[in-house]
Amino acid sequence: MKNKFSLFVIIIFLSFCFVIFYKGLDNSNIYAPKIEAKKSIPIFKAKDFDSNVYIDSENFFKEDIFYIVNIWASWCVPCQTEHPLLMELSKNKLIKIIGINYRDNLKNAKKFIDEFGNPYSQIIFDSDGTASVEFGAYGVPETFIVDRNNKIIKRFIGPINKKIIKEIKLIIK
Amino acid sequence: MKNFLKIFMVVILYIGFSDLKSDEKNNELKNKILKNIRCLICQGQSVYDSESEFAHSIKLIVDRKINEGLKEERIYQFLREKYGDWVIYEPQFNKNTYVLWILPLLFFIVGGAIIKKQILKKNEK
Repeated sequence: MKNKFSLFVIIIFLSFCFVIFYKGLDNSNIYAPKIEAKKSIPIFKAKDFDSNVYIDSENFFKEDIFYIVNIWASWCVPCQTEHPLLMELSKNKLIKIIGINYRDNLKNAKKFIDEFGNPYSQIIFDSDGTASVEFGAYGVPETFIVDRNNKIIKRFIGPINKKIIKEIKLIIK
Repeated sequence: MKNFLKIFMVVILYIGFSDLKSDEKNNELKNKILKNIRCLICQGQSVYDSESEFAHSIKLIVDRKINEGLKEERIYQFLREKYGDWVIYEPQFNKNTYVLWILPLLFFIVGGAIIKKQILKKNEK
């Protein structure tokens, strides 16, 4: 009786382990941070791309409209892919796009803008990547939607596509 | 005059060495923190070991926060707010992790009790 009980406990324990590991096979082992609740925009000193002057980050989000924050770099190939979509999005009067130029060479970044167009109303020059860390980003490209209350409500890791553009348009409506 | 010079030299040397010591302390703290932060680009490595762009930015941020006088726990809290609990190797004790912390202790207590029972049984025989 005692042996049977031990066997039963062992089988239950092994089954439990099997289920846990089997379920784990489906989980992605690449971690991507999520935005759980509406987070306020971070407050930090940001270097303006054109004037090279430090400005409080809040000053970039002064108007009562939706903002799109897009992290980009001239050396980032996916950023070139998403750029025409950002150009299209910049025509929308309901939003403004703030660019964060991530760990880039100023000369190359300006060349990029001259070549592909400028969808950004303002650009933060983030030469050491610390402004992007303030936003909780860890690579390029990344895009955030900031609502009228200066809260980050959505985040897109990787280049944006037509589906994401549709989603953005739906949110800002 | 000679005595004054001697005292002056001692004071200068003391200030110089205490500055060096505080730099050393800050460096130790910085390395300790960086070893406990997971790099989100090369996810098997700590920020301390990683050479990714992300790791370089985090190294700068941690350095800046230490110089601003922030305590170790406050720096972890800042990073948790930005990237979630997962970014720190050592998990915090909260509602999501209490099983992780308590289970080994529970196994230890139950295992210990079983072993003790077995020994007592053997001795009785």
